[in-house]
Amino acid sequence: MSFIDKYEMVCGVETHVEMATKTKIFCGCSTEFGGEQNTHVCPVCLGLPGVLPVLNKEVVNLAIKAGLALNCEIAEFSKFDRKNYFYPDLTKNYQTSQYDLPICKNGWLDVMVNETNKRIGITRAHMEEDAGKLVHNGETIMTSSSSGVDYNRTGVPLLEIVSEPDMRSIDEVLAYLEQLVQIMDYAGISDCKLEQGSVRFDINVSLRLKGTEPFGTRTETKNLNSFSSVRRCLEYETDRQAEALDDGEKIIQETRTWDEGRGMTLSLRSKEEAHDYRYFPEPDLMPLVIDRDWVEGIRASLPELPAAKKARLQSRGLSEYDAGVITASKAMAVFFDQALAKIDDAKLLANWVMGDLSGLLKTNGRSFEDSPVSPEQLAGMLTLIKKGDISGKIGKNVLEEIYNTGKDPETIIKEKGLVQISDEGELEIIVGGILAANEKSVADYQAGKESALGFLVGQVMKATKGQANPGLVNKLLKEKLVQ
Amino acid sequence: MTMFKSLEELHNRLVKKEISCVELTRSFIDHIDSVDSQVKAFLTVTADSALIKAAEVDKKIAGGESLGPLEGLPMAMKDNMCTEGIPTTCGSRILENFNPPYDAAVTERLKAAGAVLLGKLNMDEFAMGSSTENSGYHPTANPWDLESVPGGSSGGSAACVAAREVPFALGSDTGGSIRQPAAFCGVVGLKPTYGAVSRYGLVAFASSLDQIGPLTTNVRDNALVLNAIAGHDPKDSTSVPFVKPDYTQFLENNVKGLKIGIPDEYFASGLNSDVAEVIQKAIRTFESLGAEIERCSLPHTEFAMPAYYIIAPAECSSNLARYDGVRYGYRAEADDMIEMFKKTREKGFGQEVKRRIMLGTYALSSGYYDAYYLKAQKVRTLIKQDFDRAFEKYDVLLSPTAPTTAYKIGEKSDPLAMYMGDVYTIPVNLAGLPAISVPAGFVDGMPVGMQLISKHFEEGTLYKAAYAFEQNTAYHHQAPALLKEVR
Repeated sequence: MSFIDKYEMVCGVETHVEMATKTKIFCGCSTEFGGEQNTHVCPVCLGLPGVLPVLNKEVVNLAIKAGLALNCEIAEFSKFDRKNYFYPDLTKNYQTSQYDLPICKNGWLDVMVNETNKRIGITRAHMEEDAGKLVHNGETIMTSSSSGVDYNRTGVPLLEIVSEPDMRSIDEVLAYLEQLVQIMDYAGISDCKLEQGSVRFDINVSLRLKGTEPFGTRTETKNLNSFSSVRRCLEYETDRQAEALDDGEKIIQETRTWDEGRGMTLSLRSKEEAHDYRYFPEPDLMPLVIDRDWVEGIRASLPELPAAKKARLQSRGLSEYDAGVITASKAMAVFFDQALAKIDDAKLLANWVMGDLSGLLKTNGRSFEDSPVSPEQLAGMLTLIKKGDISGKIGKNVLEEIYNTGKDPETIIKEKGLVQISDEGELEIIVGGILAANEKSVADYQAGKESALGFLVGQVMKATKGQANPGLVNKLLKEKLVQ
Repeated sequence: MTMFKSLEELHNRLVKKEISCVELTRSFIDHIDSVDSQVKAFLTVTADSALIKAAEVDKKIAGGESLGPLEGLPMAMKDNMCTEGIPTTCGSRILENFNPPYDAAVTERLKAAGAVLLGKLNMDEFAMGSSTENSGYHPTANPWDLESVPGGSSGGSAACVAAREVPFALGSDTGGSIRQPAAFCGVVGLKPTYGAVSRYGLVAFASSLDQIGPLTTNVRDNALVLNAIAGHDPKDSTSVPFVKPDYTQFLENNVKGLKIGIPDEYFASGLNSDVAEVIQKAIRTFESLGAEIERCSLPHTEFAMPAYYIIAPAECSSNLARYDGVRYGYRAEADDMIEMFKKTREKGFGQEVKRRIMLGTYALSSGYYDAYYLKAQKVRTLIKQDFDRAFEKYDVLLSPTAPTTAYKIGEKSDPLAMYMGDVYTIPVNLAGLPAISVPAGFVDGMPVGMQLISKHFEEGTLYKAAYAFEQNTAYHHQAPALLKEVR
């Protein structure tokens, strides 16, 4: 009997999102990623004796915004607490976080898994400060002779979003995480650069026999930062637990770490060693009283979120698949919407955005955020195609030209003389010439060889450097060949 | 110069060019040189930088520029306030050689006011203690009797002002650490309203209780110093945006109709009868000046001490977690990292600090939080309410500052006995109120302090009452015998 038939997984996720503020949560230092080590630091984020935190209001704005996007209740009264533990990359040896009165709670997200809707509960979302980064002077922590700490990340604001243990399959987990990240991206909560660690996942998973109610003993695997790691980790961890259960072993409630290289989870610490965090209210910060006008103001500023955007694009004639692809990335969706404002043909636009332009950007290692082709330029070019001024084929060249030179499509067409020849009289003369020069093909066609037509079209296009209106060429050729 | 009358007098002498700022500064440095070997109030004397600063002030005077009230006047600060590039040890070995890269808000403000820093003052380690015997370096002596303690934890601050080594000093008060040593040393010490003076750069002991305040030889000086250091600071979230008055405007010799409550609980068992007598006499002085005196009750007073000894250690256990020998201060030699942490803390911290870290860690640990910390916070609310009710009727509450006068160094070896010395000051910190200790008389040649307490941000009322008392008594004119010998 396979695992799938026998066990059901129960999974909940804690997601740490680095919020996209310019300055840190409790001081004015920059949150920019990748600065030279220990250059974005001051006495406050270094936790020197005597310093005091001052809450960055923008962090609260973003936390409220995230909460609203996740259908949470926003607390009227919230506060910060100290979470006391020993941690080498946290200078104060306590983390300023939120304990019993988080800013957001009781939310949910609807995700589509195998064409069914699944609602995942959000228990809470709270604000806290990030820790620094250990830099080991060796291959691994065990073999390094010394370790340094880079405090640039210390004090970068985090939002910790805790889900309910509502997920029952790896697909559900991934659907939830992908949508969560998408929303954080859309709402501008975070830059969501997973590869830079700006979103990290802690995965809580347990197994239970199918059809039974009580949860099994869970493990928590910390600090995963890609969807593929989450998938592999869950595959490994559920297999491991299933094997252990099959062998009659007990699962130990413990914290584990994901070893990307070896593709396995490893034990970090068990519950017996679990920390007593000795939470208590942070005496250096005043409680947060959040009036409803503040919340409503933020609600009004919430952008259209992915689900709504997808529905709207479908109503404009896109297939579910196309709408899904376009809304999957905020940058692409924003680009699409800006172009759509200039050209009322969602389907045509989608083809070009998802096809040629995506391809061009990908080949050049760029994204829609820094696309050299503006939405207006793409829309302008598509308008020319629709008007019949240029062919789709020429369009491809024009797009490349826009990409390389930044010039507007009209300018390029004019400069290169790419305007489509749609003048029937002019084309008739050219067609006549081609027919005269290719008697064999004419004979072939008239003898029933359809492919000869294609050859003749090609000759016309060649003669006109591709500028002939292909529809018109076809029509004229057919008319003449029948005569 | 050591027998200066007031900051105003020193200011006038500078302005009238009777003395240069360098001369003034040097005379105080000389005095420190002659008495501090006995008083031991200083941990660091910053003579060189003080003389440079003084020369700058002299240039200003020569240029005909006007001087602010504290400009060019010497002062010193308790060693738990950060001073850029100048050692700030908190009286602890664990912060030996710690030179902060930044200034505390009060340091900045005093610099801006032009005051001349003469040095950093001894204290009970991390401000934990009531006698300055718990300094990691050496005990400070009481200038009135070199065998007695100066009180604590701002013992260095009180003793150096009493010995006239500086005309004013800053202390910090978590459970009475300005007022009790002020009482023991016969000087004026104010613990301002929580939130009135920025704590930015004050090395934290118990964050929700700590407050910085001035120690001076008289009430007017105290108001002048508060003028310089009080006010909202955006770098301290607990600092309150309030309209800061000129505190000297309250110094009118008039308490007619002032309603003074005398809390029964502050005159119960434990109060030395001679001290009680001095305070009763002080009450009669107020009465004779036309104040309305009435007995009152603060019923939850007896719970203040136990609540304080939960809350303060709880906060300290967290605040002191950062001292591990890694980034600054003292580091013990050891074979591995964990051993290094352990040894650093074992050797770097003294007994009292370790005791409170352990108490606080225990009180916050899971399973005990509700029974201890949460309950203590509830008691704190009840104590605040006691005061709120009292201040519906009274402008000021009057009590002894401490139950006894200064005791001998080494006399109190039981920490609990020592804790009892703060029994009248602690409730004020729990409620976040302002309170002042002023000299009220002597018992066997040792000073006795009287504590006046008022509503939040009513420091002006305290100054008004204290000033009237001072103007009608002569205790503050007396100086320790030590000074007569020096002269």
